[in-house]
Amino acid sequence: MVSAVFHSPLEAAVEPGHAAKPALAAPALPQPSPAKPPRQPMDWRGLALKLLPPIFGLVLLVGLWALATMNSTAFPTPAKTFDAAVKLFADPFYRKGPNDQGIGWNILFSLQRVALGFGLAALVGIPLGFMIGRFEFLNRMVSPLISLLKPVSPLAWLPIGLLVFKSANPAAIWTIFICSIWPMVVNTAVGVQRVPADYLNVARVLNLSEWKIMTRILFPAVLPYMLTGVRLSVGTAWLVIVAAEMLTGGVGIGFWVWDEWNNLNVAHIIIAIFVIGIVGLLLEQLLMAVAARFSFDD
Amino acid sequence: MNNFIEVQQAEMVFTTKKGRFHALRDINLTVAKGEFVTLIGHSGCGKSTLLNLIAGLTLPTAGVLLCDSKEINAPGPERAVVFQNHSLLPWLTCFDNVHLAVERVFGATENKAQLAARTEAALALVGMSHALHKRPHEVSGGMKQRVGIARALAMEPKVLLMDEPFGALDALTRAHLQDELLKIVARTRSTVVMVTHDVDEAVLLSDRIVMLSNGPAATIGEILRVDLARPRNRVALAEDAGYIHCRKAVLDFLYTRHGHVEQAA
Repeated sequence: MVSAVFHSPLEAAVEPGHAAKPALAAPALPQPSPAKPPRQPMDWRGLALKLLPPIFGLVLLVGLWALATMNSTAFPTPAKTFDAAVKLFADPFYRKGPNDQGIGWNILFSLQRVALGFGLAALVGIPLGFMIGRFEFLNRMVSPLISLLKPVSPLAWLPIGLLVFKSANPAAIWTIFICSIWPMVVNTAVGVQRVPADYLNVARVLNLSEWKIMTRILFPAVLPYMLTGVRLSVGTAWLVIVAAEMLTGGVGIGFWVWDEWNNLNVAHIIIAIFVIGIVGLLLEQLLMAVAARFSFDD
Repeated sequence: MNNFIEVQQAEMVFTTKKGRFHALRDINLTVAKGEFVTLIGHSGCGKSTLLNLIAGLTLPTAGVLLCDSKEINAPGPERAVVFQNHSLLPWLTCFDNVHLAVERVFGATENKAQLAARTEAALALVGMSHALHKRPHEVSGGMKQRVGIARALAMEPKVLLMDEPFGALDALTRAHLQDELLKIVARTRSTVVMVTHDVDEAVLLSDRIVMLSNGPAATIGEILRVDLARPRNRVALAEDAGYIHCRKAVLDFLYTRHGHVEQAA
């Protein structure tokens, strides 16, 4: 049940085709000699079923885009956008003053802010989640506050950050922090509350020390829930940074989008949208891989 | 040492959201050292509750429980529990699951090699030496239960408490593990209290069978002494007059005198 949390719909959609392939691919095989175990043949059909649908999707998107912009002058066509992207990525790390830096720098600065805000949120949120899960009193004390603060839009926190830190960069990090902390707190707390009573009874019968209970029972049992929280948090953090940077300025992908809007460079805005999407996807995939590594079968 | 475990006038009332539930009343029971006692009764009669009281996992509402003349007021490694659903930690290997218990009990007095040897010996005792470094999900249900038993035995407990340890297994595996348990208990001379709902299991394994009346407010209805010679052989016993008599007595208690579960509840 626990590992099901990490299944992406994409994986699930691919599964049936994948499962069907050995039976379908079998007749095409040359007969292997009975002494040797048959070598697994290259599974072209399975590979095609995996790769073709996403490629079709992408082609469809670009096709519709090309069709819609055929006679437009304001909106760039896919070809124009691609040319702009090639130019842009030819030199991603140039520096011409504080407000004109390569897209590579912009992405790195954004990632740095996300890492800082998210890292601080993990540092505070995960232990807080453990405590809320372990102590009922604390749970009842903090739960209403979390329910109240969780749905607040990230940008509502920005002015508070600006007021307290009197500077744009820490305010952006603060916004990331406050928005990405909730999923980690809530998921960790739920994980602790759902540790099977049997495991805790084992701990009681063995009379384990608090340290052993923490390291051998609670932490491994909660880890899958915690990683789900971390994954949601990173997604939120990456969503928020673009909006926050549009308001705070400085070097960053969000500010870059706003800057290009002021320059009326729409091609660059579209490129930025793709870049933001791809970076978000990579962050998510990275954490899914980590989660899969640490999830266990019961 | 005739009263190794003593239960005196134990009573258990659970306070739940739906109100008070009177589970057990007037429980008086003594278990001698080296004795094998089973608790049998219909489901919901509170046999697991009684076992949990002896384990110290729950404390009685009234009455006293003693183990080796000391009051039972918390769980402890001297009263090892084999849980119904094995309760192995899925992120630890079979070896590590047992080692966790060994380390806790003997960690202060023995070195690492001795602890590892104890762990391996316990797993060898239940015939699991081949799967030391497998995780619980990689072995069968019967094997998991063996590891659970190994974990309990490795602590060298004064009492082995078993809560329907073979309930979730198929009949053949269950019979096999019962035979293994008989051998292990004969070798280690353990004191065992086991909860079961299987009449044959109770007669085959026990020195005494404690039969509980139906709940709520269940109590001990009858205690049957099983005077069958050990070692016991299930095939030979099938036609043994003493065995058939004991089996009949338990069935009679469960189905003739306390058979109307719904009515009683």
